Amino acid sequence: MITARGITKHFGSTKALDGVDLDINAGEVHVLLGENGAGKSTLVKILAGIHRQDAGTIEGHTSLAVIHQELALVPELSVAENLFLNRLPRRFGFVDRAEMRRRAPELLQRVGLSVDPDAKVKDLGIAQQQMIEIARALDKNAGVLILDEPTAVLTETETDRLLEIMAQLRDNGVGLVFITHHLDEIQRVADRITVLRDGKSVGVLGPNATTQHMIELMVGRPIDEQYPRAQQRLGQPLLNIQGLTRRGAFENISIEVHAGEVVGIAGLVGAGRTEVVRAAFGVDAYDHGTVEVDGKPLPRHNVQAAIDAGLGLVPEDRKGQGLVLTATVGQNLELVTLGNRDQQRLHDIAGKLRIKGRVEQPVKELSGGNQQKVVIGKWLLADPKVLILDEPTRGVDVGAKVEIYELINRMTAQGRAVLLVSSDLPEVIGMSDRVVVMAHGRVAGELPRGATQDQVMALAVQEISA
Amino acid sequence: MSTISIRKYASENGALAGLVILALAIAIMQPAFLNAQNLLNVGVQAAVIAIMAFGMTFVVVAGGIDLSVGSIAALAAMVGALTAGPLGLVVGALCGLVNGALISYGKLPPFIATLAMLSVARGLTLVLSEGQPHETDALVTFLGSNLAPMVPLPLLLMLAFFGITGLVLTRTNLGRRMYAIGGNEEAAKLSGIDVRRNKLWIYALSGLFAAAAGLVLAGRLGSAGPQAAVGYELDAIAAVVIGGASLSGGVGRATGTLVGALVLAVLRNGLNLLQVPPFWQQVVIGAVIALAALLDSLRRR
Repeated sequence: MITARGITKHFGSTKALDGVDLDINAGEVHVLLGENGAGKSTLVKILAGIHRQDAGTIEGHTSLAVIHQELALVPELSVAENLFLNRLPRRFGFVDRAEMRRRAPELLQRVGLSVDPDAKVKDLGIAQQQMIEIARALDKNAGVLILDEPTAVLTETETDRLLEIMAQLRDNGVGLVFITHHLDEIQRVADRITVLRDGKSVGVLGPNATTQHMIELMVGRPIDEQYPRAQQRLGQPLLNIQGLTRRGAFENISIEVHAGEVVGIAGLVGAGRTEVVRAAFGVDAYDHGTVEVDGKPLPRHNVQAAIDAGLGLVPEDRKGQGLVLTATVGQNLELVTLGNRDQQRLHDIAGKLRIKGRVEQPVKELSGGNQQKVVIGKWLLADPKVLILDEPTRGVDVGAKVEIYELINRMTAQGRAVLLVSSDLPEVIGMSDRVVVMAHGRVAGELPRGATQDQVMALAVQEISA
Repeated sequence: MSTISIRKYASENGALAGLVILALAIAIMQPAFLNAQNLLNVGVQAAVIAIMAFGMTFVVVAGGIDLSVGSIAALAAMVGALTAGPLGLVVGALCGLVNGALISYGKLPPFIATLAMLSVARGLTLVLSEGQPHETDALVTFLGSNLAPMVPLPLLLMLAFFGITGLVLTRTNLGRRMYAIGGNEEAAKLSGIDVRRNKLWIYALSGLFAAAAGLVLAGRLGSAGPQAAVGYELDAIAAVVIGGASLSGGVGRATGTLVGALVLAVLRNGLNLLQVPPFWQQVVIGAVIALAALLDSLRRR
């Protein structure tokens, strides 16, 4: 349906794409795979006509819809209004609400979404919002649908649902381009995989490609181990959370992390994991319980005291909570330790973390993985005793992921402790010495190293009797 | 110089280039513009707005806005005239502190809190003055005078405040925190920055700078008037924006604001020299502000 040949694109002096070929066929899921900065998004933007290529040709005769990572919905408008945004049905020059309500349900049904068409979009979950975008794209009868990392914000169940819908669309003859960092999803839906590296297409794989093969092509070198956790002898408890409770959010949470230890917190989205670590770090208040760092009790709701005691938090939302995007790499790195005027340390940590980018460079120009390293680097400069990592590898490519894991190893080898919150099951199992599973705001159970994904999921979905 | 560094230079100094072009254009049309006395006049005319705009720069970099600076300037000048100059500064800083408290502890949007202060401070000025202008004392009058022939003190004060602003923004923790708070308040909070307490100081600084500007203005005129500095807050904001700061926060520099204030002063002076009627001057100044903001938005793309 669409044939792109030799697509080349420069941004200033950097070559974002270098002679990339891509075929999008009807009734096929074509996965674009590559590390952050490999050129996937640029390619999508060229296909969508947002950017123009410097060289190469695109032939095709079909309409194309793109679901971008950032959702393009109006939060204050209703589901139906968002579905027909731009082409609202009209009667006598006014919006025809009856017609809208009549047509909305069938569209929603196509994506398996049962929500009230009159509900405001802002009241829906992020997964449901994504489905609305897809429904909107389908209504335009797009022959080709491009999905740019749609599953990054979805839970397991929601992802399953999305993959089902994608399969359905494929069977109906729609051509799909699917971008994701989750290799297991690729194995479930891909008919063809184009791997990009440094702006070049380095291989086209079939549906039976192994994870190992995909990673090697993507990274350009073999990676020995995806989760290289090196366990340490445990020391004294460094973080001790006891009976932490905030009504309506979490109840009676007790977690202990020792020197040299990585404790993971697993659970479904909404289980209260982020709420607990934010409260422990003093960002939000809590009703009962205590938090101690290295034996020293922390006052409630006081971030500065938590930092002074040796706690650090890498928040889940890198751009919204971790970085000052208007500032440079260096200005972000020094954020926690502003009292220290030494600039050399900023260069040192950037080098140590292998941050691809200069210290003077605006941080928004860096790829997701490198941005995350900046957030982590800002904490390493404060030399915390305990570092809490909330979804540290979300939207981060494989190469940078392994580097972040190595960093966790290094910290624990130096007698620090790490509390790792992650929705990525293989990761939280692979990198933790113990996994605490949360469900409905409570600790549902704890599993030793070597637990299986099934064991974690069984705890995560269990109903807890009050 | 490579293309990239030229482009970088131009993009960081767009306002400066604009100022030079503007000055050249006026000088060609009216050579008297380049007369030393006239240039000094431009500097003196820029001083009040510039000092006010330096305080505004802190606020804007931190992601806020301060609409009350004109009224605070008038109130500080009036207090200074009725009692003593330094007391005017204290009153200005206190007004700023109230702004900061309303914003950080009362959780009011800066626009609303400072709009309220705009009215309160102006009203207090009217109450204190009973609607009459009051003569300033020797100290305040001195602020508006010449140190020596061809050495106007307002100009030197402007440069001093410029230096202080640059130092605060680039070399102090408070300054670095302003950029963090304005760039991403949540990230600043999660990095252990006490956002609320810092905002108190930021608005207090803005109030203090506004008070200083008010005293300089009163010194130049030899009296503090109840309607002094009306609308100056808009000129101050314009200077900051022409200087390349972003009203969404996180971006802004002392040099930019200085250039912005000079652009406004050069423009007013030039239009006077060219005998453009005052009504039309308003139109031209508005157009220039829009143009500057447009150019800025273009180069950011």
